[in-house]
Amino acid sequence: MRSKYTLRFLALGYLVLLVGIPVVLVFINAFQDGIAAAWGSVTTPEAQHAFYMTVVMVVVAVPLNTIFGVLCALAIVRQRFRGRALLNAMVDLPFAVSPVVVGLALLLVYGRRDGWIGEWLAERGIQVIFSTPGMILATMFVSLPFVVREVIPVLREIGTEQEQAAATLGAGRFQTFFRVTLPAIRWGVAYGVVLTTARALGEFGAVSVVSGKLSGRTETLPLFVENRYQRFDETAAYAASVVLALLALATLVAMNLIKPKEARG
Amino acid sequence: MAYLSIVALIPLAAVLFKSLDGGLDSFWTAISTPQAIAALCLTLIASVIVVLINAVTGTLIAWVLVRDEFRGKGFVNSLIDLPFALPTIVAGLTLLAFYGQDSPVGVNVAFTKVSVVLALLFVTLPFVVRAVQPVLLELDTEMEEAAESLGAGKFTVFRRIILPNLMPAIIAGGGLAFARAVGEFGSLVLITGNVPFDTQVASVFIFAQVESDNPIGAAAVSVVLLVVALVVLLFFGLLSKKALRHEE
Repeated sequence: MRSKYTLRFLALGYLVLLVGIPVVLVFINAFQDGIAAAWGSVTTPEAQHAFYMTVVMVVVAVPLNTIFGVLCALAIVRQRFRGRALLNAMVDLPFAVSPVVVGLALLLVYGRRDGWIGEWLAERGIQVIFSTPGMILATMFVSLPFVVREVIPVLREIGTEQEQAAATLGAGRFQTFFRVTLPAIRWGVAYGVVLTTARALGEFGAVSVVSGKLSGRTETLPLFVENRYQRFDETAAYAASVVLALLALATLVAMNLIKPKEARG
Repeated sequence: MAYLSIVALIPLAAVLFKSLDGGLDSFWTAISTPQAIAALCLTLIASVIVVLINAVTGTLIAWVLVRDEFRGKGFVNSLIDLPFALPTIVAGLTLLAFYGQDSPVGVNVAFTKVSVVLALLFVTLPFVVRAVQPVLLELDTEMEEAAESLGAGKFTVFRRIILPNLMPAIIAGGGLAFARAVGEFGSLVLITGNVPFDTQVASVFIFAQVESDNPIGAAAVSVVLLVVALVVLLFFGLLSKKALRHEE
């Protein structure tokens, strides 16, 4: 019996020291000069713009990756074509790549001086690096695999019987997809979307390489946190962190709400 | 496939080509500068330490979450995913708040090698726990009971019955944790201080090379990191499969 409590104590103690206390402390530090100071520091024009940029990242990257994720999962599970195994392996690639390398990679394609097509784009007045499109590309890159990974097991699980039944009853491919397949995988998709959103909200490394960190222009909320901290404006750094941490907690709640539904199908 | 190429594959190919821009010689020169070697060594050693610690603590936490009953277990269970959900820069700031200069308990590890390990432990926490948990849930207690009735002590049961069953999951989770640790950036920026030859990890080194306009050096070290991550994932995948077969 005693060993049971020892194990519990060790496990919980480790979690409290590594995660619990530090996270609580961020909240305390954010409000150490009072709620008004914290609120004031996250409602400055720079902070508001950073929040807006973060929302832009999510609003563009998440729908694109969701559509790609569902199509890609369908292709991997339901179709037989050459290179299927390769595609399956490639989808996970962004997980194995450091965020900084992602940023560098985009720089080497779209960058004005070093990039393959940077000059060509610049002549046409399109700026990708140090502006919003590059940051969106970076966000898309790092959050690419989530929906695919969540949808593939669900698709395997539900099998093709219902789809075949729908097809024999005269449903077209689109009708089958929207009336049969999509409802069956909806919770898998939802779970993937939540994970994608969390990653898109919080991406720092990749975005920081391609953004140029122009305060008030190409700064997302995570970049804003770093910027404020480096400038010894700790209240703003901690307050913005609290905003991000609250979004992360919302993600956790959403995950916990969706997970049991996903298991039930 | 086209989407995948545009978003991920072509840019990665660009890194590979850039690293070989000046031929193999300059690739070699770029990754064998003392600073690059120091950064790569630190990254690899810290990642190995982190995976070993995670293998123990992750299994322990999974065990407590599956076999133990206590109030607030559901809450603790969802807390495990927090490091995934929390933006990495916030993770770094979070650790800095407790383990930095202004630490309320006077533990200051900021700008030391310990801080590298600490930050990596934070961001890789969920991998082993989430890999071991489902296996432990499925694991039948019959075998353990049989072993106990035959006179095996608790430790023997764990070492001979439970551990072999969990090994594939521990290895698989450890592989993912390693891949993540090798490339980690955001959580390390604030807490490690990025001192070259001391606390500068490979990803931060790459970032510094980009900033100081040395794309070839950055690309060369990136390729090394990429290869390490891919080889490790492949190797751990094989190892995990082998452990599975051994079990059958």
